[in-house]
Amino acid sequence: MAVSKTDVVQGTLDLLILKTLSLEPMHGFGIAQRVEQISRGVFKVNPGSLFTALERLDRGGFLDADWRHTENARRAKYYTLTRAGRKRLDTHMADWRRRASAIERLLNAEV
Amino acid sequence: MSLWRQLTRGLRRLGKGRRADDELDEEIRHYFDQVEAAGRERGLSPAQAHRAARVELGSPTVVREEVRSSGWEHAVSTFGADLRYAARRLRRDPAFTAVSVVTLAVGIGATMAIFGAVKTVLLEPLPYRQADRIVVVADTMNNGQPLNVTFGSYLELSSRSRAFEAIAPFKPWQPTIVGTADPERLTGERVGAQFFAAIGVSPSIGRDFEPDEDRPNGARVTILSDRLWHRRFAGDPSIVGRSITLDDSQYLVIGVMPPGFENVLTPSSELWAPLQYNTVFTPESREWGHHLRLLGRLREGVTIEAAKRELNEIADNPVPAFSRVPWALLSNGVNTTSLQADVTAGIRPALIAVLGGVLLLLVIACVNVTNLLLARGAQRHAELAMRVALGASRGRLFRQLLTESVALSLIGGALAIVVAGFAIGTLVALAPPELPRVGSIRLDRTLFALALTLATIVGTVVGLIPALQAARRQPQRGTQEGSRRTTRTHHATRRLLVVAEVAIALLLLTGAGLLLRSVQRVFAVPVGFDPSGLLTLQVQQAGPRYRLDEARYRFYTEALDAIRAVPGVSAAAFTSLMPLNGSVDVFGVHFQADGGAENDGAALRYAVTPDYFAAMGIPLRGGRLLDARDTSKAPRAVLINESYARSRFPDGDAIGQRLRFGPADGDWFSVVGIVGDVKQSSLDAGPSNAIYVAAQQWHWVDASMTAVLRGRDPASMVPAVRRAIWSIDKDVPIVRIATMDALVERAIADRRFALVLFETFGIAALILVTTGIYGVLSGSVTERKREIGVRAALGASPGEIVGFVVRDGLLLAAIGVVLGLGGAAVASRYLVTLLFEISPLDPVTYAVVVVLLLGASAFACSVPAYRAASIDPSVTLRSE
Repeated sequence: MAVSKTDVVQGTLDLLILKTLSLEPMHGFGIAQRVEQISRGVFKVNPGSLFTALERLDRGGFLDADWRHTENARRAKYYTLTRAGRKRLDTHMADWRRRASAIERLLNAEV
Repeated sequence: MSLWRQLTRGLRRLGKGRRADDELDEEIRHYFDQVEAAGRERGLSPAQAHRAARVELGSPTVVREEVRSSGWEHAVSTFGADLRYAARRLRRDPAFTAVSVVTLAVGIGATMAIFGAVKTVLLEPLPYRQADRIVVVADTMNNGQPLNVTFGSYLELSSRSRAFEAIAPFKPWQPTIVGTADPERLTGERVGAQFFAAIGVSPSIGRDFEPDEDRPNGARVTILSDRLWHRRFAGDPSIVGRSITLDDSQYLVIGVMPPGFENVLTPSSELWAPLQYNTVFTPESREWGHHLRLLGRLREGVTIEAAKRELNEIADNPVPAFSRVPWALLSNGVNTTSLQADVTAGIRPALIAVLGGVLLLLVIACVNVTNLLLARGAQRHAELAMRVALGASRGRLFRQLLTESVALSLIGGALAIVVAGFAIGTLVALAPPELPRVGSIRLDRTLFALALTLATIVGTVVGLIPALQAARRQPQRGTQEGSRRTTRTHHATRRLLVVAEVAIALLLLTGAGLLLRSVQRVFAVPVGFDPSGLLTLQVQQAGPRYRLDEARYRFYTEALDAIRAVPGVSAAAFTSLMPLNGSVDVFGVHFQADGGAENDGAALRYAVTPDYFAAMGIPLRGGRLLDARDTSKAPRAVLINESYARSRFPDGDAIGQRLRFGPADGDWFSVVGIVGDVKQSSLDAGPSNAIYVAAQQWHWVDASMTAVLRGRDPASMVPAVRRAIWSIDKDVPIVRIATMDALVERAIADRRFALVLFETFGIAALILVTTGIYGVLSGSVTERKREIGVRAALGASPGEIVGFVVRDGLLLAAIGVVLGLGGAAVASRYLVTLLFEISPLDPVTYAVVVVLLLGASAFACSVPAYRAASIDPSVTLRSE
C-alpha cells in the first residue's frame, strides 16, 4: 500500500492556516497548496474543512478577507492575518512546540 | 469584536443568503479551477483534469454545504425550514392535528387553571407587608379544635408574651347606618387598637386607632373601608372628621383604608371601631366569653414555632396577676397558626389533591398524543425513509420530527389559554365559600409563562419517542417495506403506552370514586334534625328600645306570632345558635353531682323559644321538651343531647341532675329532658355537648337570634316572612337568609369541590383511554390485515378473530389495571383527609372502577375487532 497523504492532524488546521498567512496574504487554494508543498505532500487539505476553518477564523476576527485579482487576472478572495490573528498564531505555536517536544521526548525515552 | 463579527456575518447570511452563497460558490469554484489548472499543467486533458479534480475533491455542492452548516445561522434557517415543513404536514392532516391540539389544550389548560388556583390561594403571600409574620391565636377545645379566645385570655397572653410586635382581638360588628341614604346594616369589626398594626396596613386617609380609644366609654371613632367610603359617601375626603350615625350613636370617622385592603379572615368587613372592653371584670361579664379572634404580628426574627412555645408555656404556667375562669384555663394549650395556614387550612388538602389529579390528566393527554404521533410515524415510514436515502442525517430527521411535535404542542398551548380562561371561570363558580382570595385567581403572566413552558416540555416529551424511533429506523428496510408493515419495536412502545394510560386513568377514577362515596356517606350522616323545608334568617335588635330583656323577648314572641301567620309556615322558632351556619357559642358547665364549684367542661349553648324542637324536628329521647311553663319566673330547666347524657351519666340518670351553665355564680338549672344529637359545626365532626335553655331563662336575652321556620317551599316565603318581621319593627335588619338545604350543601362544599373536579378529570381520562386503546388496536388491525387474512383463510371463524382482537386489547387493559391498582393503593393515601368513613382501599370503589375501565376498554376493542372479523381473506391476500 502506497504512502497515503495524511489528513491534517486534528486541531492543527487553524495553526497551519495562520502560519501560512503570516508569510503573505493568500487565497484558499494558495493556502492548501502551500501546506501541501511545505509538508512535502504529507498533509493534504480538504477544501470543505479549509473553507469552514477560514470562515471560523474570519468570524473570530483573526483574519480579514477581501476580493483581489490574482496574477492571472481572476478574482479570488484573499485572506490577511489581523493583529489578533498574529497573537493567536504565537500562542498556538508555543503551545504546539511544547506538546511536540514532550511527545518527542516520550518517544525517544529508553526503557 | 469577534462576537460582533459572528453576529453580523451570520445575520448577513440569513438576510442576504443568495449573495453570501454566491461569494462562497465563487471562492470554491476558484479553488476547483486552480486544481484543474494544476492538473492540466501536469499534462492532463481538460476533461481528465476536471475528472481528477472531482475525484480528489468531491462535489463543490458538498463542500459548500459543509461550510454553510458550520455557522450558527444554519441552525436557525434549518429550524425555520422545519417549522414551515411541520406547518404543511399538520395542515395536510387536519383530523390528526385537531385531535392532538384539543387533547393537549385541555390537558395544559386544566393544569393552568388549577395551578392558578393553587398559586393564588396557597403559594402567594397574603396581600400584607411581611405577611408571614402574621399569626392567628386561638384557645383549644378538648378535642384539639381551635376555639375563640376570651378577652381575659387575650389580656394575659398579650401582657406576658414577648413575641408580638402587635396583637389585637376582634369580633364581628354589624351596626345599622342611618342618615343620607336608606338605612343599611353594615358588616364590620370591633377591634383592638393594634389591629391594623398587626395586619400591617395603615389608613390611606386620616389616622389609625389610638390606644386610649380602646377603653370602655372611650371616644366613638370608626375607620371605613375604601368600598364603603365610595358607596355611602361618594369618596368625599372631607368625611374624615365628620360624624356618622351607627345604631343610634354618633361615630367620628377618623380614617379610610386604602383601596384593595381586605381582612382575609372576614372579606366582607367594611368598617372598624375599637373593641372598648373593660380591663377589670368579673367572671360573669362578657370579657370571659369565648367570642374573640386574635391576630398578632410577630416581632422581627421570632418564628412561629418560638411564638407557639412561648404561648404554650404561658398557658401552662398561670400567675396570680392574671386570674383565669374555669372555662378559659388554657389547659389544652394555645393554638397558634400562621394567618396564611389558618385561611387555607380547610381547602389545602382538596386543592393539592386536585392539582395531583390534573397532572395525571395531563400525563394521559401526553400519552395519547404520543400514541397518535407514533401511529402517524408508521404511516410516514416511506416518506422518512426517502428523506434518509436522499441524505438527511438522523439528527436532522430527529430535529425535524421534534419541531413538528413542539409546533403541535405550542398550538395546543395557545388554545390552552382559552381553555384555562373558561376553566378559571368555572373554578371560581364552583369554589367553596371558604376558599379565600378566589376572586384574585386570574390569567396572569405566570400562567402564560406556564402555558409556554408546559407546551414546550409536552411537545418535546410527546415527540421524543416517535422521533427517536423514526431516526433509528433503517432506511433500506423502510423503502423495502413500503408503508404496509411496521417494525415490532414501535408497536411494543404503543402498547406499553396504552398500559401506562390505563394505569393512570385507574388512579384518577379511584380518586373520583372514593370522593364520590365519601360525599354520599357525608350526605347520609344524620344531621339530627329534618333539614328539608327549613328556612333560617337572623335578626339583630339595635337601639335604646331594646335595652331591657323584657323588650327584647317581647319582640321575639311578637315576631313569631307574625311569622306563624304567614301562609305556608307550619312551625317557627327562634334560637341563639343555628346548626351548620358556621357559628359556635360555647359556655362552661358545672354539674352539681361533681361537687366543688369549678366548671369542668363546656357545651354549646342554644337559647331557644320552646317550639324550636318541633320546628327543627329534633327528637325527644327522654324526659320532656321545653314549653310554655319555662318562663323567666319558673324554675330553670335545660335539655341536654343524648351523647352528652350518655358520656356524663352512663347509668342513665341524667334527668334531674342540676348544673351551672355560663357565669359561675348563676342559677342552677335542672336537666328536664334529653334530645337527639345535632351536627353543629360540620357534618363530619363527632357529636358535641349541647345544652338547650329557654331564651327567657338564660342570664340575658340575646340581641340577635335566628328564626327557623318550616314550610313546603321555604325559599318562596322569604318576602312574606321579612314583611311579617318588619311589621313588628321596621328597623330590624334581617341577614343570613338561607335554606337549611343550602347550609348543609355548604358544609360539604370543599369535598364537593374536589369531587366535581375529580369526576371531570376521571371522565376525561376515561374518554382519552378509550380512544387510546381504540387507536392502538385499530392501527394493529390495519397493520396485521395480512396475518388476519391468513388466519381467516386457514379457517378461523369471525368469532375467533373478534375474540383474538378483543383479547389483545383487554390484555393491555388488564396489565394497566393491575399496575394502576398498585399505584392507586399508594396514591389514595393522599386523599385521606378528604375521605369520610371510607378506607382509601375501599374494595367496592376499586371493583367498580376496574369494571368501568375494563368495560370501556372492551367497548374500545369492539370496533376494530368487528373490522378485523369482516376482513375478506381473498382481497387481502391478493393485494400483496
